[in-house]
Amino acid sequence: MKEHKLLTKRFGEIDPFSIEDFVNVGGYETLKKAMKMTSEEIIYEVEASRITGRGGANFPTYMKMRAMSKETGDMYLVCNADEGEPGNFKDKHLMEKDPHQLIEGMLISAYAVGANRGYIYIRGEYQSAVYLLEHAINEARKHGYLGQDICGKDFHFDLEVRQGAGAYVCGEEFALLESIEGKPGRTRVKPPFPTEAGLFMKPTLINNVETFSTLPHIIEMSGEEYGKLGSSFASGTKLISLSGNVKHKGLYEVEYGTTIRQVIEELGGGVSNGQKINMVQLGGACGPIIPEHLLDMDIDNERFEIFNSKMGAGAIIVIDDRFDLFEILLRTMTFFAHESCGKCAPCREGHIQIVKLLQKFYDTKVTYKDYESLVSLANVIHETALCGLGQTSTTSILATVEFFQYYYQQRIRQSERREWAL
Amino acid sequence: MQIIDVLKKYPASQTSLLEILLEIDRLKDNHYISKEEVHMISEYLGVRTSHVYSVLTFYTLLSTEPRGKHIIQVCKDIPCYVNDAFDVRKTLEKMLNMSVGQTSRDGLFTLEETACIGCCDEAPAMLIDLEPYTNLTRDKIERILASYREVTL
Ligand SMILES: Cc1cc2nc3c(=O)[nH]c(=O)nc-3n(C[C@H](O)[C@H](O)[C@H](O)COP(=O)(O)O)c2cc1C
Repeated sequence: MKEHKLLTKRFGEIDPFSIEDFVNVGGYETLKKAMKMTSEEIIYEVEASRITGRGGANFPTYMKMRAMSKETGDMYLVCNADEGEPGNFKDKHLMEKDPHQLIEGMLISAYAVGANRGYIYIRGEYQSAVYLLEHAINEARKHGYLGQDICGKDFHFDLEVRQGAGAYVCGEEFALLESIEGKPGRTRVKPPFPTEAGLFMKPTLINNVETFSTLPHIIEMSGEEYGKLGSSFASGTKLISLSGNVKHKGLYEVEYGTTIRQVIEELGGGVSNGQKINMVQLGGACGPIIPEHLLDMDIDNERFEIFNSKMGAGAIIVIDDRFDLFEILLRTMTFFAHESCGKCAPCREGHIQIVKLLQKFYDTKVTYKDYESLVSLANVIHETALCGLGQTSTTSILATVEFFQYYYQQRIRQSERREWAL
Repeated sequence: MQIIDVLKKYPASQTSLLEILLEIDRLKDNHYISKEEVHMISEYLGVRTSHVYSVLTFYTLLSTEPRGKHIIQVCKDIPCYVNDAFDVRKTLEKMLNMSVGQTSRDGLFTLEETACIGCCDEAPAMLIDLEPYTNLTRDKIERILASYREVTL
């Protein structure tokens, strides 16, 4: 099995500081091609490509574009480069190794929907990405790809980098918009959706770095050709951030339809140090933890629909048999307890209780009643939280209750024995 | 640079607030936003001081208390944790003789924990003043800390 390099094909081949390098290998040519097309033609190609959002929620990209293209007046394009989901680093690589690819993608989208102002919201921890994109934006402006009358046509678009300041929840689209507006990153109640009332209450199209970076390839090769890549469930390629206990951690671009096992074993070289795979976390902290025998599923496997999560943004975290499930869950839930924005009660209060319960499991001081509380609380947060943070945060618990039930039972029994021995 | 010079670089509207806070934090050796600064920002942007505080206290990279000259942030999430053979956090606590959340007596370092910093392919990792240090070993940490001490002496 090999990688299928589309978005990563120029990585290492061009100097990310040099717009000339990018232009010399055909960069910004696709923008010119797109600018000869109508808005509806571009959106049609995006529809034909079947691409869905690469930021984790898998929403069809063309639908948002079409909704935006019907709006008039001031509107904004926003790139979500907050990448705070533990285990993900693809957007960092995309920005640091091929920043103009992202800018070109944003330009094509802006042209199609009729936006003339854009923001790239980059997490504050990614200083080198901030630096590179600011540099790339200046270069693009100097070369006439940003600003007034782009490529000599009646198309105006300019871009600005905004930094986050260490809040995972700001990756959630409404929290992100609030943050750009100079407020705490707390989500809004929807509807209205961002395409109706987003940044400064104006129509706003928000997409992930990888989604925007794919657009030039779709326009270049045609939506239909792009749509032939991948599987019947999901088209195209996906960047996978592979980490944990594997020999070759790193970023891999594969076609949808590839299995999790292929990524871990054939690209990642398998588990390091002769250990065995015990658990694999998919998508990041908000994703399910699955056992070894489920690794033959596609990276887009429908089965994950039951947890409403699938592969998220494409992280695969391999955990070998030296690690305790409850330590992993405790760290994961401590993360969410810290990152909750505090706006809705289930998320704000629920995670604190979840952490307390998991601490009991970790300390082997747990009862069956605690187990029941944990499961019911995990379901309550999942079903009642206001935004995607709480709706997905307990996926790892719900998945392990199903796939690793014996660990829960075992820990409860060990706790009982411990109690009797006292 | 004076605070007022920082302020003047940005449009006087609320949307500049986070960028201003980040820049002031970066400029100051003790990396925090003081009461006086909150007042100046609030006046310049025409927003209430309570609003400035609501933003200042929401974001982890900002502080209302003085911190060390260099901020060390150790990643505590799973990809680093499962690749951490020697306990980066404890090693740092020992070498610096302080716990997470504290500032060294000489004011040189503050030690913090951070959520994932996207360095999972080179775990374990930490940031010092947002500069990543990866594939950490005990020796490497020692050398890194020494280099920060030398520069400041
Ligand atoms: C808690 C939370 C964090 C999120 N973090 C990110 C992120 O870091 N990057 C991202 O692109 N999308 C993130 N999302 C998804 C966004 O809300 C949104 O769906 C996405 O930016 C849309 O872009 P796409 O359609 O191109 O994927 C997050 C969602 C939630 C609920």
